[in-house]
Amino acid sequence: MKKLKVGIIGSGNIGTDLMYKIERSDALQMSVMVGIDPDSEGLKRAAERGYEVVANGIDGLMEKLELVDIVFDATSAKAHQHHSDLLVAAGKKVIDLTPAAIGPFTVPTVNLNEHFEKPNLNMVTCGGQATIPIVNAISRVVEVEYAEIVATVASKSAGPGTRANIDEFTHTTSKAIEQVGGAKKGKAIIILNPAEPPILMRDTVHALMAADGQEQAVITSINEMVKEVQSYVPGYRLRGEPQFDGRKVSVFLEVEGAGDFFPPYSGNLDIMTAAAAKVANEMAKQLMAAEV
Amino acid sequence: MTQRSFEILDVTLRDGSHAMKHAFTEQHVHDTAKGLDLAGVNYFEVSHGDGLGGSSLQYGLSKVDELKLIEAAADVCKSSKVSVLLIPGIGIKEDLQDAVKAGAKMVRVATHVTEADVAAQHIALGRELGLKTVGFLMMAHMASVEKIVEQAKLFESYGAEVVYVTDSAGYMLPHEVTERITALKQSVGCEIGFHGHNNLSMAMANTVAAVEAGATYIDGSLRALGAGSGNTQTEVMVAVLERLGYNTGIDLYNIMDVANEVVAPFMQRPQEITGSSLIMGYSGVYSSFLLHTQTAAEKFGVDERDILVELGRMKAVGGQEDLIYDVAQSFAAKKAQ
Repeated sequence: MKKLKVGIIGSGNIGTDLMYKIERSDALQMSVMVGIDPDSEGLKRAAERGYEVVANGIDGLMEKLELVDIVFDATSAKAHQHHSDLLVAAGKKVIDLTPAAIGPFTVPTVNLNEHFEKPNLNMVTCGGQATIPIVNAISRVVEVEYAEIVATVASKSAGPGTRANIDEFTHTTSKAIEQVGGAKKGKAIIILNPAEPPILMRDTVHALMAADGQEQAVITSINEMVKEVQSYVPGYRLRGEPQFDGRKVSVFLEVEGAGDFFPPYSGNLDIMTAAAAKVANEMAKQLMAAEV
Repeated sequence: MTQRSFEILDVTLRDGSHAMKHAFTEQHVHDTAKGLDLAGVNYFEVSHGDGLGGSSLQYGLSKVDELKLIEAAADVCKSSKVSVLLIPGIGIKEDLQDAVKAGAKMVRVATHVTEADVAAQHIALGRELGLKTVGFLMMAHMASVEKIVEQAKLFESYGAEVVYVTDSAGYMLPHEVTERITALKQSVGCEIGFHGHNNLSMAMANTVAAVEAGATYIDGSLRALGAGSGNTQTEVMVAVLERLGYNTGIDLYNIMDVANEVVAPFMQRPQEITGSSLIMGYSGVYSSFLLHTQTAAEKFGVDERDILVELGRMKAVGGQEDLIYDVAQSFAAKKAQ
């Protein structure tokens, strides 16, 4: 079976972790790593593993378009607009791990099937990937009037980009809680905790349901959703039982990463790359099935 | 008029929000603000306890929209200025813009003591909007003196005019306050502030230590209405500091009147040092966890103190109220086994 060729723009930590995840896929073939610094560790690692390396960014990649079918962008929101314009015009699929959100918000367990044909898919935020499946698991049982998520990540897992633009997390995640999670209104909070040894990513979903009385169905739906997310993030798990208080439900989660490139406590970064890889994988399977 | 030795900043209408379970009304705010203005307090803070945007299921929903409360406060001020708290990750830049429209003249941008770099944009915005702009290093007991200096320098580099050492857990002892304020005085150019909590009955002693080490902004709340066992009691602080020979610029009788005639009647409970708040101070737990811990302990039938000690052991930081319920549930599950 022919695999789809993958390019990754951004040879930093996210790009490297993604590369390791692509290597495990049976539908994707890691092909080229694109960076802007020929001396970067990320490009060296990719070259050592036998992949093509482009050190002059998108311009270099545009000269080697035959190397890619799907391109992940792990750079910045600002750079992404330009990358996406060029790649989409060239007929490539683009998966966006930046906060640019040009394409639709995509959470694999919730709305992947709706967006296969779109040229550009956005992966929301780490907190969004961890919590929106749960918001959706509740809202598919009972109307959710309001959902609020609290993501707590180890300080060491929050890079300079996230730190400098912390409001973007709030904006993007809240919007996606509504658009993908199905809550009428969404809110997001992010907390950085510097404890040593670093803490695992924790996420809490608080939701106000339109009515109580559906507790058992909500729990069942949440448990099913957790299993689905575990198919691509094995360390995704509930902490204790969902807690109900009238129309309010609180769901406690922790996310342990696969430890590919990031340490396992960086569940926040792992769930982003794992979700992006999952999207590409499913996309590849669909495209291949369509060709047959 | 002789110059004030320092600014006493009253936080009753913000830190007190925790103790009031975020149920301040426009009347409460109007009356308190009027009294603070009359007494000569130059700055006082009005926001949800967790700052702008803090109204949430995680921390408690505000009974009245904080923008209405800010407006109610700003409306009665003849000379006082309204401050707002903004914790990046909870509140966003748009919240600050809205607060300024409602009448805020000062912003205090708060981060955990090691995370100042999330506040660069918010501090820059504060300056851009012409606000008195303050950086607030929370849970200051959790970092070394060197780390605090490093983080204060970051705040200063973003444009903060004052940097606070914030003893959010009421854990610090006077010599530790002296050490931190002294180090900051020596290494940053901006003014230094101190915000205390009274969980170990040290708030006043810590405040005096801060002033003597050179702090020029100090926080208090009327009748100590704040998270945990509350803050340094504003009206007592005025008396103490006047006796020490400082000029607070605040009228003692007027500040006592607003404390006792306005604030005391709407307080839901006295600001005692209870078993729980003592343990918070002792194990270094964020003061606003107090009432959430009581609720969780009741719900799961576990000892509040066990929850708090565990939270201290886990090095929980401000904002992690969800962890309280998680810990309480896991204790209950263990007990059931």
